[in-house]
Amino acid sequence: MVDQNGQKSPVASGYEAVIGLEVHAQLLTQSKMFCGCSARYADAAPNTLVCVVCGGFPGALPVLNQAAVEAAIVTGLALNCDIPRFSKLDRKNYFYPDLPKGYQISQYDMPLAVDGHLEFASGGQTRRARITRVHVEEDTGRLVHRTEANGSRVSLIDLNRSGVPLMEIVGEPDLRSPEEARDYLTALRQILRYIGVSTGNMEEGAFRCDANVSVRERGGPLGAKVEVKNMNSFRAVERALRFEQERQTEALQTGQRIEQETRGWIEDRGVTMSQRTKEQAHDYRYFPEPDLPPLIVSEETVSGLTSRLPEMPAQRRARFAQQYGLAESESMQLTAERTVADFFETVAQSDGVDRPSSAANWIVNDLTGLQRSRGLAPDRLPLSARQLQDLLDALEQSRVTVRAAKELLPQIREGEAVMMAAARLNLLVLDAAGEIRDAVVATIAAFPAAVADYQGGKHAAIGRLIGETMRRTDGRADPEEVRRVLEEELIRG
Amino acid sequence: MPLSREEVEHVASLARLGLTTEELSLMQDQLSSILGHIAVIDQVDTAMISPTAQVGSVSLLLRADVVTASLPRDAVLANAPRQQDGFIEVSAILDVVNEETDS
Repeated sequence: MVDQNGQKSPVASGYEAVIGLEVHAQLLTQSKMFCGCSARYADAAPNTLVCVVCGGFPGALPVLNQAAVEAAIVTGLALNCDIPRFSKLDRKNYFYPDLPKGYQISQYDMPLAVDGHLEFASGGQTRRARITRVHVEEDTGRLVHRTEANGSRVSLIDLNRSGVPLMEIVGEPDLRSPEEARDYLTALRQILRYIGVSTGNMEEGAFRCDANVSVRERGGPLGAKVEVKNMNSFRAVERALRFEQERQTEALQTGQRIEQETRGWIEDRGVTMSQRTKEQAHDYRYFPEPDLPPLIVSEETVSGLTSRLPEMPAQRRARFAQQYGLAESESMQLTAERTVADFFETVAQSDGVDRPSSAANWIVNDLTGLQRSRGLAPDRLPLSARQLQDLLDALEQSRVTVRAAKELLPQIREGEAVMMAAARLNLLVLDAAGEIRDAVVATIAAFPAAVADYQGGKHAAIGRLIGETMRRTDGRADPEEVRRVLEEELIRG
Repeated sequence: MPLSREEVEHVASLARLGLTTEELSLMQDQLSSILGHIAVIDQVDTAMISPTAQVGSVSLLLRADVVTASLPRDAVLANAPRQQDGFIEVSAILDVVNEETDS
């Protein structure tokens, strides 16, 4: 399925990692999974988005959120899954203070989507990893651990997150290196953002990843599976997996046995540590959720959702390269975020002009640089498409010079017309007939030696005169126009 | 189908039930008897009957994704054994806890 891509850890030659990822993504719904409480809990005071359902009060009955179901099905479709006609929800029983009901409503053996795959770029090649399933479940509350003034320790519970819709995407163990795992995650996150079902923000906990890692002699039987948790960034995933790969490889090389266990990634120490074994899978005592009848997913629902699928990042990347003649790296950058790809396509064919390469250049080189320096999110560009179109129009009509445009770009205000900004900053190209000629005449008067050189046959001397004229116009003149007027005046003179 | 003492203790610990020795014996007998009864039912040939998760024939009705009012916080916290800064307070649940850490 997925081959080794040639990258070997120093200790790993002869051994290979077998990695499968489980991703939990918060779904971008307005309300929670089983009640109408707001799912946007980020800025809410503790326990202010809680009702009898998500607070686990006895007798409260859940009602499933249609948007959450649709988001999971759309995800399944985007990941090339089958959508079974029949699905159901199950109770997963365990006790923990962040789980007020004493059980989580999840899906056990009949998930919303099964048997898909994800294609992604890694090590310069296209890889494919199988997707086992996509199912919905509810998030838990949030715990804060605090030590009191008297030294006693308490845990504090905020139930605002309790019942927020989650989707779990389980991948087959088809990944063979930490780099591949990172690239798979990147591609998955990109798809979730394209189809608009999740922010994919790992730092905010909207996109969480657990990994199953084992190491085996290349081509040999599978080793014991270690589950790694608590990786809170893409970098953490890659580091934790590399650590685990090396730890297990070393253990195997020295004849030790690998324990099947759960380990947590300790970010500041750069290690994984064994965690006390939680209850085994069969101890969750899953059973069909009695408060929710089975879910029948109709053909119409599936075909309706299929028609809502946008072009996927990989397809769009290929199309950009082909249709607009862009370099691979440009297509990659322009399609990383759907909003940026849309922005590019708007500008590339606008105002009756086809200008994909200038649009791509300005976005990739200038706008993303400005975006970074302003600390904007990758999907937020510092200009509107209209503003970039106007800037390109102004360049094409020689109303601003390239140099002036670069100077202008970071100073265009939100919603400001580009030509207004250029005028405000005195960056418009001068009118050739008027100010340029005045500046040229003044330059000729001020530099008789250079004029004499030119007229004596040293045509290179015109460079000095162009430079001086540009200085007199504060760089607003088009240098070609300056040269033309200078030549006219020098011949006349 | 008798249940072992260990199995009963395990199930009791999963359910966070502290049972006395007498209660463990009682539960061992009663649970074994229930399982024995299920074992009898299990002998029925169900090869021709499709599996079912629910006895009702209703398909799941879905809710539109609309936000409705939550409870006032006082009501949410009214039955909490202890509270602090709007949180429900419980005994520390990890052996090693970091100050003000999230999980």
